[in-house]
Amino acid sequence: MAKFQALDFYNVDGLLSDEERMVRDTVREFIDAEFMPVIREAYRNAEFPRQVIPKIGELGLLGSNLSGYGCAGLNNVAYGLINQELERGDSGLRSFASVQGSLVMYPIHTFGSEAQKQQWLPKMAAGEAVGCFGLTEPDFGSNPGGMRTRAEKTANGWVLNGGKMWITNGTLADVAVVWAKTDEGVRGFLVDKGTPGFEAVPIHGKLSLRASDTAELLFDNCEIPSDNLLPGSQGLKSPLMCLSQARYGIAWGALGSAMACYDEALTYAKGRIQFDNKPIASHQLVQEKLVTMLSEITKAQLLVLQLGRLKDQGKATAAQISLAKRNNVHEALEIARMARSVLGANGILDDYQAMRHSCNLESVITYEGTHDIHTLILGNEITGLPAFS
Amino acid sequence: MKIIVCMKQVPVQDSLLKITDDSRWVQEAELNYEINESDHYALETALLLKEEHGGEVVILTMGPRRVKEAIKQGLAKGADRALHINNESFTTLDIFINAKLLAAAIQQEEADLVLTGLQTDDYGFGQTGVILAEKLGLPHASIVMEILKQDGSIKVKREMESGWFQSVELPLPALLTIQSGISQIRYATIKGIMMAKKKEIKELSLSDLGLAEGDVDDSTSSLKFHKLYVPEKTKQAELLEGDPKDVAAQLVHKLKNEAKVF
Ligand SMILES: Cc1cc2nc3c(=O)[nH]c(=O)nc-3n(C[C@H](O)[C@H](O)[C@H](O)COP(=O)(O)OP(=O)(O)OC[C@H]3O[C@@H](n4cnc5c(N)ncnc54)[C@H](O)[C@@H]3O)c2cc1C
Repeated sequence: MAKFQALDFYNVDGLLSDEERMVRDTVREFIDAEFMPVIREAYRNAEFPRQVIPKIGELGLLGSNLSGYGCAGLNNVAYGLINQELERGDSGLRSFASVQGSLVMYPIHTFGSEAQKQQWLPKMAAGEAVGCFGLTEPDFGSNPGGMRTRAEKTANGWVLNGGKMWITNGTLADVAVVWAKTDEGVRGFLVDKGTPGFEAVPIHGKLSLRASDTAELLFDNCEIPSDNLLPGSQGLKSPLMCLSQARYGIAWGALGSAMACYDEALTYAKGRIQFDNKPIASHQLVQEKLVTMLSEITKAQLLVLQLGRLKDQGKATAAQISLAKRNNVHEALEIARMARSVLGANGILDDYQAMRHSCNLESVITYEGTHDIHTLILGNEITGLPAFS
Repeated sequence: MKIIVCMKQVPVQDSLLKITDDSRWVQEAELNYEINESDHYALETALLLKEEHGGEVVILTMGPRRVKEAIKQGLAKGADRALHINNESFTTLDIFINAKLLAAAIQQEEADLVLTGLQTDDYGFGQTGVILAEKLGLPHASIVMEILKQDGSIKVKREMESGWFQSVELPLPALLTIQSGISQIRYATIKGIMMAKKKEIKELSLSDLGLAEGDVDDSTSSLKFHKLYVPEKTKQAELLEGDPKDVAAQLVHKLKNEAKVF
């Protein structure tokens, strides 16, 4: 495989600080050297390449925009660039890191007790412990507020009953952040692996995000101590705050997939000869595809960079994050499909990346708020008229 | 142990080089730069020695402002501080002048060990380290693959031709030029990158080194660039005629005596 050449048509690099560039470059090197050689096999075998977990922990990529407790304390642009490079490798790897950092470490950091933070954050930052986030249920995806999983207070703690579906890192996880209804509304709980009454069952047959661990979580009279409640969590707003963090990272990540596909398509188009001994890149229809990719990637780069700068100033709104997630994932999926078509029959092989990215992005456009749900969020934002139901 | 590592920034491998209008050098403005390959291994060697024996790793780099990036990368990987001989016009100087500048900076530090890469990926002279050792009056070994620290001395393994190795013992302080590919180079970690911001990069001007402009400019350079050009492509084809046996013999003769491939 040719070495990845990152598209930077507008000298966006010039808008980054030295540190931001260095963070990006160190992850890029790592992905080239240690992840690209293993992803094809992992994807084929539908396995998350778990040998990379301690390595990305050691590099400091997990929960890297959090501070203290062994976390790197990066700004949001550097954090975004990490996501971009991870997903340039595979959406499954970025999903692992997003769940760990934004959906598990972030709620522990934000809503957790001091003891919970001490217990989990340093280990999770180092990649020595893995977490998952259970919000979605079989019957409640886009509308998590309808969840049926319940937590009842007992003398010594809580009893959980219900089930969560589509949970990334589900079987790998040492601890699950589980959202359940209580008499006081939705609250978050930490459920340790191996707690009696808790089971994680892998979901098989995925044609997307194959190099990611996706599971169903089952709670059958699962008793947990009162210390395992996230004390600061209060209502559905708490999991939605986590989702905002993760969606921000996804907007950057999808861009990484798009950049990988563009690079692959461009290289291929220049080398593949058809008709009159000419490379296919010399045909107008192929150029049109490449130019569309070029334009959309360049716009997406500027979009997330400004969003990151706003987030660093504490000014990014949930709606702005929705727009970036919606736009960048949609465009990345279009680009992956276009790249796949430029590669012709070769494009359906796993020797190339385009189809893997294209399949992966079908999940990415679905999770963390589907494309359509983000349309509704933005529609509500600009009209003040909710159209959800 | 105090170790100085000389690192150079060179154009990224496989860069598309364009020659300047005066045919004297390449157009630098359009190039991207990276740390010279064997210098990575010199730094890694220094960091491993420091991990084992303690001490300090100091990066020494010469060149225009852009080399700060290479310095920061080295600091992010774990070097303690850096010296930067700042000048915009060093690229086309000869090795004696380069070594004179590097030596002047090194003499201000009392190092136990000076490491350089074996050669640079741009010029490929492979002499900077060796001449630098002479300037400093230090014993040296080149193409070093392994270092064993002993009391007051080191034992090193050198790579020779055809799979031969040599074991040499040197007193400290000493200078070694380090071979590529001898270890697993570490990544800069995120924490390392954040910490690098706080590490010292000392700027050294010519006067700081006790040198004057005239000591190091083009006029004193024993190396003069006359013309830089892209290899000229020529097409030549020769059709050998005769019966197959005869043609084969002719071909072997040509491969041996003209193409000299065996
Ligand atoms: C690989 C993968 C990993 C995942 N990981 C996690 C995880 O770690 N944790 C977790 O909690 N969840 C996870 N999810 C779940 C994901 O967040 C949900 O799939 C997502 O929220 C959509 O829910 P749903 O699948 O139930 O679809 P539905 O909500 O049933 O939606 C189906 C379709 O209907 C549309 N739709 C729904 N409501 C409306 C409406 N009001 N107006 C218009 N259109 C509407 C949707 O846009 C969509 O097109 C994951 C999903 C996948 C595929």
